[in-house]
Amino acid sequence: MTSISEDSDKEKVRSVSVDLNNDASLVIDIPDALCERDKVKFTIHIKTTLSSFQKSEFSVPRQHEDFIWLHDTIVETEEYAGLIIPPAPPKPDFEGPREKMHKLGEGESSMTKEEYAKMKQELEAEYLAVFKKTVQVHEVFLQRLSSHPMFRKDRNFQIFLEYDQDLTVRRKNAKEMFGGFFKNMVKSADEVLISGVKEVDEFFEQEKIFLLDYSSKIKDATAKAEKMTRSHKNVADDYNHISGAMNSIAADNNTAFKKTISVCVLQKLEDRVASDQELKLTELLRYYTRDIQAAKDLLYRRARALADYENSNKTLDKARLKGKDIAQAEENQKQCLRKFDKLSESGKKELTSFKARRVVAFRKNLIEMTELEIKHAKNSMSLLQGSIEILNSN
Amino acid sequence: MAASSERSPPPFPDLEEPELLEDSDEGADAFTGTSISEMDSPSPDTSRPPKDIFNEPPEDIFSDPLSNINSEPQKKVDAKISSPSSDEAVDLFSEPLDDDSEVMSSPEVQNPMPDLLSEPKSGVLGEPPVQKNAARQQDVFEEPPKGSSKSSSVKKAASAEMLGDDDEEEDLFKEPPKVVTRKPQPSGPPVDVFTEVKSDVKVKPQVKDDPTDLFSEEALTAPAPKPSANSSSSSRTNGVHSEEQDLFSEATVELSLDSPRNDRKKDAVKPSVSAPAAPEASSSSKAPSKTLEELEEEESEDKFDLNISVTNPEKVGDGMNAYMAYKVSTQTSLTMFRSKTFTVRRRFSDFLGLFEKLSEKHSQNGYIIPPPPEKSILGMTKVKVGKEDPSSAEFVERRRAALERYLQRVVCHPSLLQDPDVREFLEKEELPRAVSTQALSGAGFLKMLNKATDAVSKMTIKMNEQDVWFDEKIQDVENEEQHLRKLHVMVESLVNHRKELSGNTAVFAKSVAMLGSSEDNTALSRALSQLAEVEDRIEQLHQEQASNDFFTFSELLADYIRLLGAVRGCFDQRMKAWQRWQDAENMLQKKRETEAKLLWANKPDKLQQAKDEIAEWEAKVTQYERDFERISATVRKEVIRFDKEKARDFKRQIIKYLESVLHSQQQMIKYWEAFLPEAKAIA
Repeated sequence: MTSISEDSDKEKVRSVSVDLNNDASLVIDIPDALCERDKVKFTIHIKTTLSSFQKSEFSVPRQHEDFIWLHDTIVETEEYAGLIIPPAPPKPDFEGPREKMHKLGEGESSMTKEEYAKMKQELEAEYLAVFKKTVQVHEVFLQRLSSHPMFRKDRNFQIFLEYDQDLTVRRKNAKEMFGGFFKNMVKSADEVLISGVKEVDEFFEQEKIFLLDYSSKIKDATAKAEKMTRSHKNVADDYNHISGAMNSIAADNNTAFKKTISVCVLQKLEDRVASDQELKLTELLRYYTRDIQAAKDLLYRRARALADYENSNKTLDKARLKGKDIAQAEENQKQCLRKFDKLSESGKKELTSFKARRVVAFRKNLIEMTELEIKHAKNSMSLLQGSIEILNSN
Repeated sequence: MAASSERSPPPFPDLEEPELLEDSDEGADAFTGTSISEMDSPSPDTSRPPKDIFNEPPEDIFSDPLSNINSEPQKKVDAKISSPSSDEAVDLFSEPLDDDSEVMSSPEVQNPMPDLLSEPKSGVLGEPPVQKNAARQQDVFEEPPKGSSKSSSVKKAASAEMLGDDDEEEDLFKEPPKVVTRKPQPSGPPVDVFTEVKSDVKVKPQVKDDPTDLFSEEALTAPAPKPSANSSSSSRTNGVHSEEQDLFSEATVELSLDSPRNDRKKDAVKPSVSAPAAPEASSSSKAPSKTLEELEEEESEDKFDLNISVTNPEKVGDGMNAYMAYKVSTQTSLTMFRSKTFTVRRRFSDFLGLFEKLSEKHSQNGYIIPPPPEKSILGMTKVKVGKEDPSSAEFVERRRAALERYLQRVVCHPSLLQDPDVREFLEKEELPRAVSTQALSGAGFLKMLNKATDAVSKMTIKMNEQDVWFDEKIQDVENEEQHLRKLHVMVESLVNHRKELSGNTAVFAKSVAMLGSSEDNTALSRALSQLAEVEDRIEQLHQEQASNDFFTFSELLADYIRLLGAVRGCFDQRMKAWQRWQDAENMLQKKRETEAKLLWANKPDKLQQAKDEIAEWEAKVTQYERDFERISATVRKEVIRFDKEKARDFKRQIIKYLESVLHSQQQMIKYWEAFLPEAKAIA
């Protein structure tokens, strides 16, 4: 099927939506991925100086499902409740390009050879872009885990990295799926319930308001950006078609129109603009939508803890009133308080770093995007100037 | 008689020139002189295409000159030169001219040529035939040939006599040289040009032999060559035109030198001089096409002489009776118009009416009549009913632009420009309300045409194209139309998608602005709102680009799809002409068979009738054949002209379009570059 080995220069071009504190002690990258039917096999390459790993450099094959498993186990681990858990990579979706490819194959007879070749090329490019994006999000997930002081020591994470055979994690069965769904329901219901709980800490209060607001905005922006890039792509497609039609006119008509072919080249650029825009901006926004979800989850967990604490306080009060089980209730209350405090503390830290990270990432991506836009515009400008000159000269 | 005046110009020079030259030798100098001096007055205008000179003057100059001038000198000439040689000369000419006059009087004359040509002809050429009988005037003309073809010495003598005899004439004679030499000057490069032209001329009519030779021969050998000239005249038309100029140069040379040595030269020259005149006349029927080519050469000038714009669309009336009136302003230096600038108000149906009139008159001649934009009931209803709605504003603007282009195309067409209806349309304050355009919207008409095409093509499926050029061209046009249609669809979708993109960009800009407002990092928030602004501007850019896509690119394609339809119609006209010819041929065949039967059956009484019929049909066949040839020539020229124009148009429009894209890219760079420091400023 399709396999890509990313060379180092491609690596640079790639958008990294998160700024990772590059720590040489544990370096993870995905140099290669293989797409087989609906499964994507990633080759994960690990280079480490940590003693907890048996070897200093090794590679393991992993599938998308393994990543999900890793994410789930981390989410379920109690101690990480106070941390922003990196969002799990989205499921690779090659359906779009593949379907188009299929359609293209069907329609092969109806178009000219050139047109077909061009379409095919275009689709391959699109496919490749999707593929690269997929690899990248998986990589980023691992890198975020590895760069986090807590997660890097996680047992499951180490297993994930080190186990040199297929993990073949058990897929979630229907019941579990349903359970997950149910849990989500409960969670959102709970969210509504505890939203009434009075926030004790102003920082969190603010943060909560901000995040809620921000997440809705960013979701909106993401959707819009997606729409925009999609229409941009349409425009690029149109350019492609126009250039095709122009070519055929020119082929037919060797007199007047030959010179007009130059217009076609435009299309490629427009296409690049579209895909880069997509890669930079939309990916950024998309990633942060997920990241913010993660942050919101953190807040939820904290709020949950707070609610628990308050509940335990109430129980303690009740127990005191009744004069029995006081010790147990006190113990419970203390525990809750401790948990809450701990969560608050780490949450605060996490959120602050999240903010910093976000700003940095936005900056980086915006700069990159702007530069790309400029580059493309300049390219097409020189192209246009060239073609105008050609036209003027004959 | 705008058309005729336009067409006649070329002939005129000839007609005069010969006189010039010949006269200079003969006593007829007076005539030359006058004619030239009269020419002189219009000559300032002459700097422009010759035709203009003649637009008005012709009537005056010729109608008068011929009668006055000719009649005067003639007497003298007559008196003097009643030498036997003149008779011969007369013969030479009279026969060819007979030919010509036939042609002239044949139906073809009916095209605009008429007055001017027929007048001059009657004066100059038409007369010779009659001459033998005694027309006084002729002598003037006949003499020259005699002079040229016969003995120069005779001429010399004659001219000497003339000069000596008549002071007035001498004066006149003297005048001409000055006048003549002066004349070219205003038109820019004087004699040189002409001499150059002359050399050109020789190359052009290659179809034949060297024109000079040809004609010197002709002039000497009399009638025989003339018919050939006649038949070929159409192909030579171009050459003829330049020859006329040639004439001028010769004339000048001769006159200015006026030395005996010239005589030989004259001999050589004169034939060439007289020759053009003859084919000219003979080709008078084909004059339109000739003028066409001439104009083609001069087209670039023409174009700048006539600037038409359609502006200020205005709604007149209310409700369903409302209509849009457009201001049609013309700016021109062409003398055929009464003033340099004028403005009229026209409504859409007037434009359609113009098209209708033009196609009625000219389409059977094989002209490509530029089609007007299609009638859009939906769009117009919207305009009628709707208030201020962007889509109807766009519709009106689109139509305005289309009408402007339509008119420009019409006036770019050299023959259509001469049409009185066009002039009326541009100039006349009030135009009779165009009726029945309702059913005749562009689309409707094209549909009709298409139907006709189908019918005709079915009918003439057997028409095996003998002309490879046409065969290929027809095929090309069809292919091209298909491709253009395809391209047009794509460009339309580009326009739509770009509009969509612009809309989405706007929405995105808004939501980025919102995001920016809720962002708590000030620098990032600033950057985001900046980004929103940038996106906003880009949205504008996209919007502009979309309208550019539409107006410069998509409309261009739409126009040419319509025009190609017209081209096809023109091919159909040719096919129809062919069909007519074939039918006549068949009929003739049948008549002949009947005759044979009658002959066999020995029925002399009916035989005569059959013979008459055969003669009648033979005439018809020849006429139809000629019609067909003429229409083929016209169509060919039209198509070549169309192709040229198309290439130029496309080039211009595409450059314009690319420039617009270039511009928007530049803007884009500007915007993003302005944004870059903002992005970098995020801390």
